[in-house]
Amino acid sequence: MTRYRVAVHITPRRGILDPQGKTVADALHSLGFSAVQDVHIGRHVVVEVDASDAAAAERSTREMCERLLSNPVTEDFEIAKVEGAAP
Amino acid sequence: MKFGIVTFPGSNCDYDAYHAVVDALGEEAVYLWHKDHDLQQCDVIILPGGFSYGDYLRAGAIARFSPVMQDVIAFAKRGGPVVGFCNGFQIMCEAGLLPGALLRNASLKFVCETVQLRVENNETFFTNRYERGAILRIPIAHGDGRYTADPETLHTLEGEGRVVFRYVGGPADADEWWSPNGSMRAIAGIVNDAGNVLGMMPHPERAVDKLLGSDDGLGIFESMVARVTA
Repeated sequence: MTRYRVAVHITPRRGILDPQGKTVADALHSLGFSAVQDVHIGRHVVVEVDASDAAAAERSTREMCERLLSNPVTEDFEIAKVEGAAP
Repeated sequence: MKFGIVTFPGSNCDYDAYHAVVDALGEEAVYLWHKDHDLQQCDVIILPGGFSYGDYLRAGAIARFSPVMQDVIAFAKRGGPVVGFCNGFQIMCEAGLLPGALLRNASLKFVCETVQLRVENNETFFTNRYERGAILRIPIAHGDGRYTADPETLHTLEGEGRVVFRYVGGPADADEWWSPNGSMRAIAGIVNDAGNVLGMMPHPERAVDKLLGSDDGLGIFESMVARVTA
């Protein structure tokens, strides 16, 4: 078993009102970043997990996302990075 | 008749629920500890308001895995009546007992005020002592109460009469529907398809005494008694 560090991005599903994202987008506009089209604010989760290989670490993290880390009704997730971690 | 009130770490309306059942309603109530697997032969289970497990991850997301919830879920699946107020509603959605989710209020602010609810369906286990269309004054106190579901779910809920309570009459009565939290279709409370599970963001257990502003919430408790003892 090797220890892996798996980073996950969880974001509000497109089309679902994201008042935080909208407020921050408005603030960016008022700072002069007029090119900003949209902002989505979500959650960044780092899971340290022991697995036989990187693919297995990603697989189990995916299951964690489906069952707990994200809400399938309102959020999307993506596995951003899988890297070896010193135990 | 016996009500079981679940106490999670971070529950803070369990005493209010106890007061409503014992002092206002005159029925029996017991607290059910989150680590226990014993529902103590209760007729109705109440998931109270509060901030179970500190609202970590998402409101209600962790409470759903607590030991007692496995028994509450099994009880509900057998047709046992379960009612969730505020955080209890959030836990029910996370546990899959009710469809949809409760997101951060559209205003991004915690709202704490007395609102008006309209009884949209008075033929449920929980609302049979109200008139259809009755307006209730009941407090809300939450930061994550924006009811959200996909269009098919909303269509099903509306079509089956499962939207039990809706927020109405906002500031200056500008609109008939009014969401203090941005809820889709101003939904304040829903029941499951079998009709034995009710989740609502408002706090009827805090509206059981005219001296404290309103006793409009008592009807929910009386409705349950009427059905259980029928």
